[in-house]
Parts: sequence; C-alpha cells; structure tokens
Amino acid sequence: MVPLSYYLVLSGFLFACGVAGFLIKRNIITIFMSIELMLNGVNLSFVAFAAHWHVLAGQVFVFFVMVVAAAEAAVGLAIIISVYRTRETLNVDRVNLLKL
Amino acid sequence: MTSLILPAGLQTIPQGVDYIRILPELILSAFGIVVMVLDPLVDEKKSQKLLGYIGFAGTVAGLLSTWYMAQSPGLAFSNMVKVDAYSVFFHFLIIGIAAVVILSSFEYMEVQRIRAGEYYALILFGAVGMALMSSAVELVLIFIALEISSISTYILTGFRRNEAASSESSLKYFLLGSFATAFFLYGVALMFGATGSTNIDLISQKLQAGPVVLLVYVAMALMFVGLGFKVAAAPFHIWTPDVYEGAPAPIVGFMSTAPKAAAFAVLLRVVFTINAPGRFWILWVAAALSMTLGNVGALVQNNIKRLLAYSSIAHAGYLLMAFAVTGSENSVSGISAAMFYTAAYAAMNVGAFAVIGHFGNAGERYVSLEDYEGLGRTSPLLAATLTIFLLSLIGIPMTGGFFAKFYVFSTAVKAHLIWLTLIGVVNSAVGAYYYLRIIVVMYMRESRQKIAVSSIPFGLGTALAVSFVATLYLGILPGRVLQYAQQSAQELLPQAPGASAKIVQTPLPAAISRP
Repeated sequence: MVPLSYYLVLSGFLFACGVAGFLIKRNIITIFMSIELMLNGVNLSFVAFAAHWHVLAGQVFVFFVMVVAAAEAAVGLAIIISVYRTRETLNVDRVNLLKL
Repeated sequence: MTSLILPAGLQTIPQGVDYIRILPELILSAFGIVVMVLDPLVDEKKSQKLLGYIGFAGTVAGLLSTWYMAQSPGLAFSNMVKVDAYSVFFHFLIIGIAAVVILSSFEYMEVQRIRAGEYYALILFGAVGMALMSSAVELVLIFIALEISSISTYILTGFRRNEAASSESSLKYFLLGSFATAFFLYGVALMFGATGSTNIDLISQKLQAGPVVLLVYVAMALMFVGLGFKVAAAPFHIWTPDVYEGAPAPIVGFMSTAPKAAAFAVLLRVVFTINAPGRFWILWVAAALSMTLGNVGALVQNNIKRLLAYSSIAHAGYLLMAFAVTGSENSVSGISAAMFYTAAYAAMNVGAFAVIGHFGNAGERYVSLEDYEGLGRTSPLLAATLTIFLLSLIGIPMTGGFFAKFYVFSTAVKAHLIWLTLIGVVNSAVGAYYYLRIIVVMYMRESRQKIAVSSIPFGLGTALAVSFVATLYLGILPGRVLQYAQQSAQELLPQAPGASAKIVQTPLPAAISRP
C-alpha cells in the first residue's frame, strides 16, 4: 500500500505548482487554470486523509469542491469575457486601469 | 474499503425544526429566485422599481424569520448548522445591511442605467451565503457558504459592465479571491487530516485532549490567509482599493461590511471555539500591519472611494486587535467588542457609500476630493449626513465608532497588549487627519465647478435615515447591543468542564458595563 505521505507530498506539489503559475503566468486564462490546479491539489489531500482516517466524509467533500469550482469557472469565464470586450487583451499586465 | 463508516450519531433524515434553523436562508433564496424569474417577464421600464421592492420585501421577511429562528436555538442538519445568540446577531446584521443597500440602490440603478433583475437577486443570494457563514459550524459548509457569498460579490463588483474599470475590478477581485479561498480550503483539508473531523466543536475537543501536531499550525495559518483576504487585513489587502474604486458605490457599501462581518464571524468561531494554537503573533502582526498600512495609504488618496477602501483596511486592523486577546475572561470581552465593532462599522460605512453613490451621479463621475468642495453649501443635508458618518469613522463620542474603538482598545489594554494599543491609538490620530480633510473640503472651500446635486429620493432617504439612526443609537445607547454581544460571546467559547460556570459568574468589567 502506498503510504499517506506520498499523497500529501504530491498534493502539496500540485498546490505549489498552482501558486507558482498564478504568480508567474501573465495570461488570464492560464492564471485561472492555476487556481483550478490548486483546488485539485487540495482534493487529492482530502481523499488521502479520508482513506487515512477511514471517514467517508473526506471523499464527499471532494464532490462539493468540484461543484464549487465549476460554479466559479462559469462566473470567472464570464468576467474574463467582459474584460476582453472592454480591453481587447488577455494579458494581466495590460489590464491596468486601476493603479495600486 | 469496507471499513469506511459514517460518523457516530449522524441522523440522516432532517427534522422539521432543522428547516426552521435555516429559515432566513431559505426565505432569502426563495425571494432571490422570484426576482430572477420575474426579471424577463416584466416590462423593462416597470421592472426596475418592482424587482427592487420584491428584493426589499425579501430582506424584511428574512429579518422576521431570523426572529422566528431565534426562538428555536440548537444544532441542525447533522451538527452542521448552529443557531445560537451569536449567529442570530450576525443574521440580523447581514440581512439588515442587505436591506439598506437595496433601498439605497433604487435610484442608483436608474441613474447608471443598469438592468435591475440579477442585481437584487445577487444581493439576496450573497446575503444567504454570508448568513450561512455565521451559523455554520462545519468547515466544509463554511467553505461553501464563503463561495456563495464570494461568487455573488464577484458578479456584483462588475455590474457596471460597460465601464472598463468595473470589469477590471471584478477580474481582480475574482482572481485574488479564488486564490485566497484555495488557501482556505487547503487549510480545511489539513485540519481534517490532523484531527479527522471538520466539525468545529469536535476539532476543539480533539485539540484540547491531545498534543497539537505541526499540521494544525500550518492549517490555521492557511485558513487565516483565506479569511484575512476576505476581511481585507494586511498583508492580504492589496486588492481592496482597486476593487472598491471600480465597483458600484452601493455594492462597495455592501461588500465592505456584510462579507467582512461574515468572515469575522467565521474567524471568531475558528479562533475562539477551536482556541486556535499559535494564533497570537499572527493576529498581532496582522492587526498592526493593517492599521498602519491602511491609514498611511489613505493619507495620499484623492479618490474618495479609494480613501475609504484604505480606511476599511485600517478598521479591519482595529478589529483584529480584539482577536489577539487570550484567556477566557478576556475572550468574552474581545468577542463582544469585535461584534459591536462590526455592527457600528456596518452602520457608518453603508451610510457613507450611499451618500457617495448618490453624489457620484451617472457613470460615477464625481468621486474625487475636489468634487466635494462646497458640498456643505450646495447640499447641506447630504453634507451633514456624510459628516456624521465620517466623524463616526474617526471615533468621535456620541457616534457608534467611538464606543466600537473604546471597547476594542479597553479590551486590548486589559489583556496587556500595551504596544498594540499604542499602535492603534497613534493610528486613530493619523486616521482623523484624512477623514477631517473631507469634512474641511466640504465646508471650508468654495466649489470651483457646478455640480447639480439632485434631491434625495425616498428609498435613499430611508436608507440614510436607517444608517444615521443606527450610528447614533450605537453611540448613545450601546448598552443593549453590547450586552447581547456579551451573552452570545459566552456561548461561543468552548465549554470546558467547570469553566463555563465561572465565566457566567464573572461580573461585567467596569469599563464595559458603563452605558
């Protein structure tokens, strides 16, 4: 049997990849995909912990997270389209009307 | 895989009383759905007002059902939802904010030429999520409620669809918001891994019983990242000014108060019920940073929405001071001070943004500080109302802001957080400067341009009156609200054997019991 730590390291790695992608990438769609990667990293650790504790709940949470991610994707893509209509670009560096 | 079992004591069939315990959420959702279904059926000209009134009726029904819900406290839906004085307080606060914001939006929607339907529905759905956050005692349910509220506010932020600034602020809020909730979720997963449960009460018992593993600290830190983002606490505050500048003004009034109140409600539950280990320095640093960065940032702002955005960061800092206290007696006053602060802050900030939305006119043209020159003469009533809200934000006596700050500072002093209190007091003085600057500009300067301020319509007038009265009420007679907050604070703390009786018998600290 594969030990728990393997799964946790993999899920941490996926999460870190998502964080790195979010910070490095400049295309809005890619940034959005990085967030999905982070959520999937979390899902993996939920499933791993569910098996570890022998609690079914952990697996059910994954479904909830997937549904929430889908809802977020629907809204997020709509927002991205509306930004593209007004700015004609998908590069975050050029979406800079509001200055920090 | 046969060894996977359901948690003990899980009742699978919900009882009737379970539905009463989420009645406000059910009613708000029902009204939201009615608004969305009616939207395409009603003539566009007539729909603006009608849908607004339905939305407002929904919030009133929500408030009434909250009162009904308060009669049957307890757990519902397999220990996922808990109705206690604490959640009732936040239900009233959040649904009340939604009601006032809907009232102040009637005129705004007409002036900005925004199609109304989804707008009111989304405010109601957002309020559902926030209300659920305050009564959820299960981390995954908290996550779902957080997302319900966030997704609604992402859309509402971008509601001035034709304005590039609005959709840009919506995009920023969305990307950074989902980034932060992913951190929160990772924290939930690790907490589940460390304790084998996501129920706050069970986690609390587990942590009290056994040694605390490193994983718990990591989980707490990650959850704080997610919640810190939602309450705009430094160092997760970067999004605030940009988002507030681009979003419609009444919505800024909404999202700077209601989701914050809900996130603070979750934070209070997580911090005090779980009795989160190793929280002190995180909260200390976040409070000090938020106060300082918020106030310093606000000093150089010229756009009034950005200025109030930085001020909201600073206020999140003052609020977090109340979280850094330890010990059960201090915790009661810390929790109640934080609850009082959210209520007072909601009253003044919703009011201030209602004024700004009205004055901004079509396309929110007049939002810079120069535009406010001479407002004291051209529109004395509007200027006077805004002045009261700004004085309350400073913390002048007779306003809600004064007692809010007073309780937080006195709690911090009693808990021996001298340095943090000192930073807070210095920051309050710095903050007074930029609030007073607005007042000075309104009254002491001649207007250099002609800005026609339309008369205050009925809906907005009511909204302003409600927030005005609430601000003064909390400033003159804070006793009842504070007493209620203290009562609910005692319910919130973990019931250690023998400790609960001691907490109840503790007399009210002298500073707090003064009316």
